[in-house]
Amino acid sequence: MSEVAVKEKEPLFSKKNKKLITDPLNDTNPVTIQVLGICSALAVTVKMDAALVMSMAVLAVLIAGNVIVSLMRNLIPGKIRIIVQLVVVAALVIIVDQVLKAFVYDVSKQLSVFVGLIITNCIIMGRLEAFALANKPWASALDGLGNGIGYGIILVVVAFFKELFGSGTLLGYEIFGNATDMTGLYAMGYENNGMMLLPPSSLVLVAIYIWIQKSRNPSLQEGH
Amino acid sequence: MAINKESNVYTVIFATLMVVVVGGVLAFISSSLKPIQEDNVRNEKKQLILKAIGSEETKSISREDAGAEFNKYVVERLILDYEGNILEGTRLTNETPVDIKSAKDAFAVDLQKEYKKFVQPLTNKYTGTDLVDELTKETNIHYPLFICQVNNKKHYVIPVMGKGLWAGVWGYIGLESDGRTISGAVFDHKSETPGLGAEISKDFFSDQFIEKTIVDQTGKYTPVKVVKPGTGVTEPYVDGISGGTFTSVGVDEMMNRTLAVYHKFFQKEEGKQLLTNI
Repeated sequence: MSEVAVKEKEPLFSKKNKKLITDPLNDTNPVTIQVLGICSALAVTVKMDAALVMSMAVLAVLIAGNVIVSLMRNLIPGKIRIIVQLVVVAALVIIVDQVLKAFVYDVSKQLSVFVGLIITNCIIMGRLEAFALANKPWASALDGLGNGIGYGIILVVVAFFKELFGSGTLLGYEIFGNATDMTGLYAMGYENNGMMLLPPSSLVLVAIYIWIQKSRNPSLQEGH
Repeated sequence: MAINKESNVYTVIFATLMVVVVGGVLAFISSSLKPIQEDNVRNEKKQLILKAIGSEETKSISREDAGAEFNKYVVERLILDYEGNILEGTRLTNETPVDIKSAKDAFAVDLQKEYKKFVQPLTNKYTGTDLVDELTKETNIHYPLFICQVNNKKHYVIPVMGKGLWAGVWGYIGLESDGRTISGAVFDHKSETPGLGAEISKDFFSDQFIEKTIVDQTGKYTPVKVVKPGTGVTEPYVDGISGGTFTSVGVDEMMNRTLAVYHKFFQKEEGKQLLTNI
């Protein structure tokens, strides 16, 4: 984590601030480079819609958590700072959970325990501890946005392939035809890949993503 | 700043204030969203009841529509006691709107609460005939029955409630107009393991129950057993979920225990009358 503390009085979208958003999308991606938050990336990527909602939830918690902790950074006693961060994150997650339950009930049922598990998503605590505690609210918000999107991209990319090849659909729309009625591709003998519906396939997909990412940018490769 | 941030007093005050503020905010949000959430849960219950009928027509009703469509299909609802007697004043037709506060409304019976409070302590302590004796004594347990009409055919929907591996499992069983053949079933759960026990809520599991009978030729009550795939047992049985043994056992237990009550009801005059009265 190589963030430099942001200096005072600079434009809202200075180069440094822009980097806060763009870096986590690629070179410091929380999932593929820092390998954080892998657990939920494996579990909620069977369907695109669940992945999207999960990404939004993490994004919301991350931005709000970053801003709140950043606002309180001069007040938080060092001895209990982890607990304070935890309380902030836990409260935000409960709010997200309640809102989902009220407005997108079906998705909230589908995500079930994983919404609660956002609390344990290492990306969130990681960003609070590494960035928000030392930076101003605006920079922290951008950092949250960048990391949240970086996390979301991986989730959506993985979910795209898993849903397409596992169920033959995208966002619920049948792409390859209907598997039970044997129409479209299925009439020609195509079959859905059952493994794509199971968590291990995400590992393979994330690994392929990391492979492509690191071969495009050799500076990310670790020395031998 | 003049205040010493690292002092114990400051730390304690900070922690106390934070907890009070966070607690207040959460309490406010929870109580303001509660009506919408409860509406969702109620509509889902209606949707599951309609789905359990097993008819193509009611299967596809969405949760949003279920609230309005419920009274169209569920023509009568009543509450039984363990012996299969209709509790006085609980027989309501679809002209009476659902009143979730009324103790006489079958829809308002909170099975989860009753299960935890009255049934579970008994099932933990007793088995077999002892359990039946104890359940008979317990008058706080209600057994709702929903009488539905689809395409001029009568169906009975029975709610069941039990426990899986982690928390509650429940479902709705639809019976044909003969009161013994299962026409549809839906199951749901609170927090069973995804991919294992949680599979009971999928159609491939619940559809196995369709066309099984809960009464054999001699008229004896024969509960549908949920068994490990491949074990040779006599009909009626369905395959349980591999890797979800505890959940499968829970489904088996709750169906066995609950359907017995409704079987008793259909043996009684009132029940028989209902069956002939199509």
